[in-house]
Amino acid sequence: MPGAAVAAGRWPGWIRRLSTAQRPSFGRIALNGAAGLSLGFILLPLVFVIWLAFFRQEIPSFPPEGYSLKWFAAVPGQKAFVDGFILSLQVGVLATLIGLALGVPASLALVRHRIPLGPLVNTLLLLPLVMPGIVLGTALYVFQIETEIATGWPVLGSAGGLIAAHTLVVVPWVVRLVTASLAGFDRTIEEAAQNLGAGPWKTFWRVTLPSIRPGIVAAGLFGFVTSFGNLEMSLFLVGPGRTTLPIAILQYLEWKIDPTVAAASVIQIVLIGTAMIITDRYVKLSRVV
Amino acid sequence: MARLSLTHLQKVYGDFNAVDDVTIDISDGEFLVLLGPSGCGKTTTLRMVAGFVPPSAGKITIGERDVTVLPPWKRNCGLVFQSYALFPHLTVAENVAFSLEMRKVPHAERAPRVAEALRLVQLSGFDERYPRQLSGGQQQRVALARALAMQPDVLLLDEPLSNLDAKLRQEVRVEIRDLQRKLGLTTIMVTHDQEEALTMADRLVVMEKGKVRQIGNQRELYERPADRFVAGFIGRSAFLDGEATAPGRFRSRGGLDIDVGAAAGTGAATLALRPERISVAAEAGTCVNRFEARVEHVSYLGALLDIDVRLSEHDRMLLQLPNRQGSIEPKPGDTITIGWAEDAGLVYPREP
Ligand SMILES: Nc1ncnc2c1ncn2[C@@H]1O[C@H](COP(=O)(O)OP(=O)(O)OP(=O)(O)O)[C@@H](O)[C@H]1O
Ligand SMILES: [Mg+2]
Repeated sequence: MPGAAVAAGRWPGWIRRLSTAQRPSFGRIALNGAAGLSLGFILLPLVFVIWLAFFRQEIPSFPPEGYSLKWFAAVPGQKAFVDGFILSLQVGVLATLIGLALGVPASLALVRHRIPLGPLVNTLLLLPLVMPGIVLGTALYVFQIETEIATGWPVLGSAGGLIAAHTLVVVPWVVRLVTASLAGFDRTIEEAAQNLGAGPWKTFWRVTLPSIRPGIVAAGLFGFVTSFGNLEMSLFLVGPGRTTLPIAILQYLEWKIDPTVAAASVIQIVLIGTAMIITDRYVKLSRVV
Repeated sequence: MARLSLTHLQKVYGDFNAVDDVTIDISDGEFLVLLGPSGCGKTTTLRMVAGFVPPSAGKITIGERDVTVLPPWKRNCGLVFQSYALFPHLTVAENVAFSLEMRKVPHAERAPRVAEALRLVQLSGFDERYPRQLSGGQQQRVALARALAMQPDVLLLDEPLSNLDAKLRQEVRVEIRDLQRKLGLTTIMVTHDQEEALTMADRLVVMEKGKVRQIGNQRELYERPADRFVAGFIGRSAFLDGEATAPGRFRSRGGLDIDVGAAAGTGAATLALRPERISVAAEAGTCVNRFEARVEHVSYLGALLDIDVRLSEHDRMLLQLPNRQGSIEPKPGDTITIGWAEDAGLVYPREP
């Protein structure tokens, strides 16, 4: 008897809410509709990529002729993908660590001290986030060439040059998330620590840092994801034999469009998704972002 | 545990004197209460002792140590914050052990000292909880235990009870006082709750606008207020404006001539009377100062009746009568006789 099931509350929550909610207002319907539409718009390509990765035929066409896991098996065979993955991982981790080492002190200075032109510095640090990747890439390309000419050091196409550029796109995440954490931080617990005998360093390590840890973890995660997935800017800066995963995928697509690329993307999606879920267990991402 | 001295202590913000020439000596084991209206500089004084506010002038010594320019972490003052300021990411035991950790007390010694501090505040068994899992009163005790565990030379309390409900406040008051006595802790507490101040203090400091108005015990403050401000701030007083005409003589604005005990200079002055020193009706018969008064307003306060009376066109004052069985209960419009002894009236020069 379905009626009994409803009464016993065995239906999923959202169905119960639908049946018991008072008549929803037009505004609410419109809002939910718009939110749903946007979400669908964002998720649709993902859904297609995932679907495609399981197609049996080589040339993607609808409807699929059948399903197979062979493209996943093919990914490790693509040396370009494996190397790209390793390089992207290395660059992402290093850029994230450097970005944190620069961004956390910068955030502290911006929030805690009245530094000259503070708001301007803040905006500058956030700028790479809104700058189109192509523009950023071009600018860095020119800059690195000029640096090479001026100093004679091989900058363009070097690992250092690439990591420096990626650090640039990590820093805005760090500054944004860490300044937000610091702004809501009650400084009397720092005074309490000092009162109990902790000098400035001890106070920072034992009290300040643990309190803003959620912001830092989230910043590291988003910074890493941004670096890992960066294509446009990296295109200008990679050197021969030094190809990041997004670029490797792009290059592969110039010759072939078989679902290996889709399978590689699915692996990426799963890895990043897992990282987010694990992080979310320790710090509620929805609270800091 | 040590003597604490503040000498000519001053804090200036811009051109505003938040604390102005404060000199206080607190003896070993004494419980001193800083009392005064909001914004008078109590917290600023306390924070100067703790080292969070650098004094503009003056000196602070704890025992033999001059700590005036020492940073907070070298002062060994246990401060209990009004908001408690517990570390949210540490358990109760870790909070209490924090000072021991900072001083590199050997691990083996920490546990017993933490247990002892928690036992003192009756929170044994709460070691593994986090601050958010405690009630306000329990958090307050953890803050106290945390300050006690460091074995401070002086204990500083900034309105430690203001976030507790009335009943709990009564209990914690007694507990803090007992602990302080037992440990012989030199203590400064800030409050603007007069009852709290009177019940807890060995001595009180009344501050106003950054200045110390009077230092003394409860009896001294109540019976010999140093000035008109203190007379009005500690307990209640009835005031009559007028002038001191001769030593021992006071004439009110309305022209009443009043005998007062203590000699004062002449000139514009205010007479202060404690309401309970004023007698009414037959009891007033033997008083030197005796006047007819017209009852204007009566407030029933249970144990007491507050009565506004008018002595003359320009003189009004407040009486307090105990609400006893069979005592008279004046009504507005009645005329009653009131009187007081010569030594009941204190005369203060009018403040500009
Ligand atoms: N950092 C500061 N800058 C400027 N003025 C300040 C500063 N800190 C305190 N003051 C001023 O100094 C005066 C004394 O402040 P304080 O906090 O000591 O008062 P208080 O006696 O503790 O009052 P309350 O009972 O309301 O807590 C106040 O008028 C306050 O506005
Ligand atoms: Mg205060």
